Amino acid sequence: MSDKEVLLDVKGLKMHFPAGSRSLLGGQKRFIYAVDGVDFQIRRGETLGLVGESGCGKSTTARAIAQLYKPTAGEVILEGEDLSKLKAQPLIAARKNMQMVFQDPYASLNPRMTSGDIIAEPLRIYQKRGILSMTKTETEERVEMLMERVGLSRFFKNRYPHEFSGGQRQRIGIARALALRPALMLCDEPVSALDVSIQAQILNLFKDLQDEFGLTYLFIAHDLAVIQYISTRVAVMYLGIIAEISGSADLYRKPLHPYTQALLSAAPIPDPAIERTRKRIILTGDVPSPDKVRTGCYFYDRCSKRMDKCAKSVPRLKEVEPDHQVACYLYHDPE
Amino acid sequence: MTEEVILRVKDLRTYFKTDEGTVKAVDGVSFDLHKGETLGIVGESGSGKSVTNLSIINMIPSPPGKIVGGEVLFMDADLLAMPANKIREIRGNKISMIFQDPMTSLNPFLRISTQMTETIILHQGLGKDEAKAKAIEMLKLAGIPAPEKRIDQYPHQFSGGMRQRVMIAMSLSCNPEILIADEPTSALDVTIQAQILDLMKDLTARLGTAVILITHSLGVVAGMCDTLCVMYAGRVVERGATDAVFADPKHPYTQGLIKSVPRLDVASGNRLSSIRGQPPNVIDLPDCCPFYPRCDKAMDICKRKYPAVSRFDDGRSVACWLYSEEKLP
Repeated sequence: MSDKEVLLDVKGLKMHFPAGSRSLLGGQKRFIYAVDGVDFQIRRGETLGLVGESGCGKSTTARAIAQLYKPTAGEVILEGEDLSKLKAQPLIAARKNMQMVFQDPYASLNPRMTSGDIIAEPLRIYQKRGILSMTKTETEERVEMLMERVGLSRFFKNRYPHEFSGGQRQRIGIARALALRPALMLCDEPVSALDVSIQAQILNLFKDLQDEFGLTYLFIAHDLAVIQYISTRVAVMYLGIIAEISGSADLYRKPLHPYTQALLSAAPIPDPAIERTRKRIILTGDVPSPDKVRTGCYFYDRCSKRMDKCAKSVPRLKEVEPDHQVACYLYHDPE
Repeated sequence: MTEEVILRVKDLRTYFKTDEGTVKAVDGVSFDLHKGETLGIVGESGSGKSVTNLSIINMIPSPPGKIVGGEVLFMDADLLAMPANKIREIRGNKISMIFQDPMTSLNPFLRISTQMTETIILHQGLGKDEAKAKAIEMLKLAGIPAPEKRIDQYPHQFSGGMRQRVMIAMSLSCNPEILIADEPTSALDVTIQAQILDLMKDLTARLGTAVILITHSLGVVAGMCDTLCVMYAGRVVERGATDAVFADPKHPYTQGLIKSVPRLDVASGNRLSSIRGQPPNVIDLPDCCPFYPRCDKAMDICKRKYPAVSRFDDGRSVACWLYSEEKLP
């Protein structure tokens, strides 16, 4: 564990969505357990990568942290303040410190606004609410500085989103997130819609910005190689829980959880010599639907190493090596 | 893999007329496909991968698209010159396709049985019951549990990975010579992708089917393909055996592409190298190398003329002035 200050502390975060009841006459309520008890910390200046397959709750976790969803349970402590308990006004003030970058650079920019207006919008919102005071020229200057910083010419500020390519649009999205100088950026699959050559440009941009502004990232991706490249630490999610969390290099060298092992072995490596001789762990079946309360290990149905005790109680995340936590009874006994 | 060529694409050109100008989506693509070979076509979005393959089976929507030149020789017959009823006998029978999104390529209103037996009855002349038995056998081969029961279900009752298995079973049900798979796993998660690729590899090897695999993922190509074509702005810039291309990429674009993919087996820390600039606009492309604005090795000639194809001893062909014999003033 490094002794850097903890910026974000997520404790027992749960996000359950109601999904109608079992019968017309009411009866028992049904839920989708999208996020079902997630704990992690992000220290200042580091990148926590959140990886997992579709439907495992990565995006829901990010949105529940940003309080776009009101979490069902748990605490989200940003710089000592529990966001889930805040009223509307103080929450808006606290959110200034936390901004999001979204996956789809086409859907996340308003087509009727110019790129300059899009980047200035967060500044204007906070000015209107009296939380930020900036003159008009200062706002203009900030927008131009941001555009240049993310690799767009300042002369593009009167252009509309459709005049930009996918990679350039994602740069606009990043500039908008940077506008309020947040400490934490929640990046929800920011490179998965981009082509490889552009993806590399944007990943490098994220790294440069982190060095320059001391940013902290929660970085969501389903591509393991991208996560390894960008992250200091990695959390692997499955069905709404965290299966394993550790330092990035450690996780890739020595994955402990059977799910992490399968995930890593399934990811293709762009090298035919390695790819042909690699042994794959092929998981059987699909990811089950997160619509029931689980009393045993969440990965039980698909695990090749399951034991009787795995069905009896839910394994909790436990530190089995320095800075390496895993939720699996292969490494610790039930409590 | 034998030496017998079953598909020969020669100088294929497919243009689209738009209000902004002519889009040369495919502009002089040539390659051979041998019996039992798996050929990968890689490239970024808009490079012409999918249009190439739709052109091969003459399925370009016209207008706006038009195949303006070239030949596609399948067993010595030119598919582009064939009348519509003749090519329908080949599509889905001798040459079949799998698309990216298994939900949109299956009809949501029809049972799997109806959709699967249709092609079998049409092309193999089997009776209804025989066709259904054949369909069940194919589903079993594709690893679908309880196929006798599942065949009477609708597409929405299958998960994404299962639907892609149904598509594979369907496309291989007439023992095609060639299977064209257009981004078959891009919509799937990695663990499911591994299952599907494994299945495709196993089944096509057993049935001796040649495969054209279109993908943007270099990782998938590395594991699946014998040979590969790298496309950029409607042209094949490099072609050769997969091992040779990965070990020693010749074209600056291929070099850049391979270097810009983050790798799991290489510790992070080093900066990722990227290709500068933006992907090209393919509308009214001038007759120059379309990659020169992004190329580190660009020369004066690159701006003036498209390079001729240079051939290497290992069977590689590369379209780049760096290797060209031809010298211009």
